Amino acid sequence: MENVIEVNNLTKKFGSFTAVDHISFEVKQGEIFGFLGANGAGKTTAMRMLCGLLPSTSGKGLVAGYDINTQSEQVKRNIGYMSQKFALYEDLKVWENIRLYGGIYGVPEPQIVSKTNDLLKRLGFENERNTLVNSLPLGWKQKLAFSVAIFHEPKIVFLDEPTGGVDPITRRKFWELIYEATDRGITVFVTTHYMDEAEYCDRVSMMVDGHIEALDTPKNLKQMFHADTMNEVFQKLARKAQRSDS
Amino acid sequence: MNKRNKNIKDIVNPNQLLSRFNPRGFGALKFLLEKEFKQILRNKFLIRVIIFLPLIALSLLPMVANFEIKNNNLAVIDNDHSPSSSLFIRKIVSSGHFHLVSVRQNYNDALNDIEQDRADVILEIPAFFEKDLMTTYSAQVNVTANAVNAVKGALGSGYLMQIIHNFSNDLRSRFMAGNSKIQTPAFEIVPRYDFNPYLEYKFSMIPAIIMMILGMISGFLPALNIVGEKEKGTIEQMNVTPVGRFPVILSKLIPYWIIGFIVLTICFIVVWIIYDMVSVGGYLEIYLFATVFVLAFSGLGLIISNYANTIQQAMYLMFFFVINFIFLSGLYTPISSTPEWVQTMSLFSPLRYMIEALRSIYLKGSHFGDLWTKFAALVGFAVFFNLWAILSYRKKA
Repeated sequence: MENVIEVNNLTKKFGSFTAVDHISFEVKQGEIFGFLGANGAGKTTAMRMLCGLLPSTSGKGLVAGYDINTQSEQVKRNIGYMSQKFALYEDLKVWENIRLYGGIYGVPEPQIVSKTNDLLKRLGFENERNTLVNSLPLGWKQKLAFSVAIFHEPKIVFLDEPTGGVDPITRRKFWELIYEATDRGITVFVTTHYMDEAEYCDRVSMMVDGHIEALDTPKNLKQMFHADTMNEVFQKLARKAQRSDS
Repeated sequence: MNKRNKNIKDIVNPNQLLSRFNPRGFGALKFLLEKEFKQILRNKFLIRVIIFLPLIALSLLPMVANFEIKNNNLAVIDNDHSPSSSLFIRKIVSSGHFHLVSVRQNYNDALNDIEQDRADVILEIPAFFEKDLMTTYSAQVNVTANAVNAVKGALGSGYLMQIIHNFSNDLRSRFMAGNSKIQTPAFEIVPRYDFNPYLEYKFSMIPAIIMMILGMISGFLPALNIVGEKEKGTIEQMNVTPVGRFPVILSKLIPYWIIGFIVLTICFIVVWIIYDMVSVGGYLEIYLFATVFVLAFSGLGLIISNYANTIQQAMYLMFFFVINFIFLSGLYTPISSTPEWVQTMSLFSPLRYMIEALRSIYLKGSHFGDLWTKFAALVGFAVFFNLWAILSYRKKA
């Protein structure tokens, strides 16, 4: 299987602070890649570099075959992104948000209409078509944001803590959407703090103080660290961190 | 997996899409504009600002930003008690600029009126005022003004002298008619202030205030809109899309351009209803100037939005520029009466050119040919600000 993300010694410095320190990894097409780490470990910074939102200090990164430093516009055409903050327009209706992002990514108009209908049906949102987004519950907003992020069928979708602040059942439903996306061949790159979600990933990387300390399947990681759950793996690794909140 | 991949490629082949549709170009602009207009129309606060700011500013400010003194309180000491002196006093009161508050017997009592803030100006008519007029054809009056409020004091005594001057001219012409050989009677007062007491400040203030409103609305709104999107995080979502900065910036400029025209039109209607004032010159020329002026101020707003990270920062930055532009524009003070270095500074205020142009068109009926240098200056500002805005817009943090 081909690599859709290849990162080699990618580094980001803010002044004398090295947020991301020479990280290297690959992500294969169609996999769910979990990007874990404590707060301040550098996850979001790394992800923002991969999305072309932040220039890197040194190192190389290829996303969907394009160089993140020199071809960021091509990178952007081939990815979807869902940020930590809910970032759809609260004062637009559900269908208007979908139409806006469909249009911006260049999905032809007739296709926008038919795909919007399909999407709303799949999500069970048919009655919410004309609802202003700000009146939706958080779990629904997150589902909508994810669906909008993959509306243009990108090769890769980056999810930055996509399920913050919702209950386990809602999270579980959100992950069903993620599986549906991977079934369609979309690669998922996801950061999270929830260790039950880490179990759902095909492979997981653990970031500590800007480095990648471990990278493998959840099963192998648990064996390696003699742990029963991903939570224990995380505890063992994150305890070493110098710059966490605790 | 292979089969599924094939399906996706059938639906969206990026290269094929690119040839059909260029997201960097203006295909995206249509969707962005749609979004902006929907948001603006749903924003009740914005709609209120657009309607009420011109309405309130134009009904209040011309009355306040006004150096005309209508109600000077006048204390009179008439030591003459002659027909001439009472005619003189009546003449002063009937001018409408003075309000006779007291008639005192001596100067100290009148001075007390000023100290108690009952009077602004004292007029003392000496004994033998009439006799002097008749015999020597000249008389002296004593004018004392309270200069605590410097403007009111200076203008009050100025008005008074103007009236005295007119009174002396009247007398002169009457005596001249009777006997041409008689020497012209005159007061010994030469007015120090040479201005037209009947000048209506309102009329020169209104065009300036209209442009102040227009500049503020077209500068503040786009700046606050973009910085608001930064705070909410929606601009970041936009920045991970392939849409270019040119369509994004245009989608912020065009709606506020249109709002500018609406505001301007509301201003003209308000002025017409409240002050019964219409432009002497052509409205076409006014809107032509406004087109460029709004573009310049929106450009400034965009620049600020590129540097400010919070609405608070954007507000302070915008106030800094707008207030300096207003005070350097000649709105309140004629530029020619400011120090030379300030006059040079005022060349950097786009508001100055616009106010001068609108005053000329609106009050004098000037034509484009007379004002093209001001137009060129505004075009310069618009190009400079917008170019800077586009260059400083970064899709990367």
